[in-house]
Amino acid sequence: MTLAARIAPLVLVAALLQVSALAGGRIFGAELDLLLLVVLAVGLLRGSVAGAGAGFAGGLLVDVMALSTLGVTSLLLTLVGYWAGRYGETTGRGRRYAPPLAAFALVLLVGVAGALLHFLLGDAVPAGAVLVPLVPTAIFSALLVVPVRSVCRAVIGETVQLERAREVELV
Amino acid sequence: MSARRPAAGKASSRTGAVLRRRLVVGILVFVSLVLVTLSFGRDDGPLSSVQDTGATVLRPFQIATDRVVTPFRDAWGWFDGLLGARSDAERLRAENELLQQQLVEASLAVRENRNLKQLLAFRSGARFPDDYKGLAAAVIQRPTGAYAQSIVVAVGADEGVQVGDPVVTEKGLVGRVVRVADRSSRVMLLTDEQSAASAVDVATDGQGIIRRGQSPRSALRFDRVPKEQVVRTGDTIATAGWRTAQLSSIYPKGIPIGRVTSFSQNDTYPFKQIQVEPFVDFGSLYAVLVLVPEVREEPIP
Repeated sequence: MTLAARIAPLVLVAALLQVSALAGGRIFGAELDLLLLVVLAVGLLRGSVAGAGAGFAGGLLVDVMALSTLGVTSLLLTLVGYWAGRYGETTGRGRRYAPPLAAFALVLLVGVAGALLHFLLGDAVPAGAVLVPLVPTAIFSALLVVPVRSVCRAVIGETVQLERAREVELV
Repeated sequence: MSARRPAAGKASSRTGAVLRRRLVVGILVFVSLVLVTLSFGRDDGPLSSVQDTGATVLRPFQIATDRVVTPFRDAWGWFDGLLGARSDAERLRAENELLQQQLVEASLAVRENRNLKQLLAFRSGARFPDDYKGLAAAVIQRPTGAYAQSIVVAVGADEGVQVGDPVVTEKGLVGRVVRVADRSSRVMLLTDEQSAASAVDVATDGQGIIRRGQSPRSALRFDRVPKEQVVRTGDTIATAGWRTAQLSSIYPKGIPIGRVTSFSQNDTYPFKQIQVEPFVDFGSLYAVLVLVPEVREEPIP
């Protein structure tokens, strides 16, 4: 089974859950963005190209199902998957704290970038409602990314092509 | 310690991977931006039908997912509600107390508003006595017991009130001012033992004096009415408002006082004994009008 065939159901299930079960729900003030965590995990586990592809597909599914402007979520999650992949391929490789740190940072960045993007598109963006839950959401996502990554690794495996540093090495 | 550069092997494949990676991401970002551009703000755009079809195809999966997760979501909702129940109960209890207090205040405000409107209508109506201006005043102290038949109103000398000024409501005569402070006045009610007002039977023109009643059942009595005068049950009693060359009644003429409920006469008392039920409910006064003469008469030396 190809990598895409293993990633596809994972992304589809995450997108379905995101649109139906988790939409609008909050746990202790935090919103659960499962699709973002799955895309992040795919990027960390299988590299930036797989992460970007998963993000694009997942975002497109969400936009289609929510009948919202196509491409908005795709754009954000594509960048999430790519950034997570690059992080996993370089700085974060082998680091145990890499997934929680990446989740925390990406949730904040995606929240701000999403608000900015929607603002540019002319949507109503109440700053309080959008930005206030970001910190609890980021903390909650940092905790939840560990089991999500474990599930994803069980499904798609882990074969990140680690890049060797190009700097001068001290031996 | 020595430094060396890493081996340069497979440089071309690494460059290819980098190019492929950047190309893929660039294409995906570009496609996303194209999608945003094509679908933004267009419900009938070229992508809307594709989106509709996609949504229709995915709809069953959405429904199925929703059905699967509904029990879990309900369970979480129940658990979450249980966690918040205590704080909710406290919040609702405080909110309930606040609302009850507001309800009481609103009810009082409605009643006060109704009373003031009636006073206003009376003051601007034809029944209002000439040569007087009516100062609307809130009753700030009501009779404290059966022996204190007086009230305190929230107007005083600063507003031009003087001792002896009549006090009325839209229903009839209340009493007269007996003491004046700067911003408040004490009003002796008609039901006080020391209160008296010359009055007249509006229907028969029978003259007499209104005083406090002698029994708890009758608040007022129409006294000093000669036996030859005709008075009937149900007649309206109003102030007489008499005037002589040097003296005049402190009450203007024609202010309603009450209605005759019963009368009798006997050989031992030279006047009729007439019971009058006042129009004013002296136990529930909330606002009154103090009648201030537009031109004060000079006191008699």
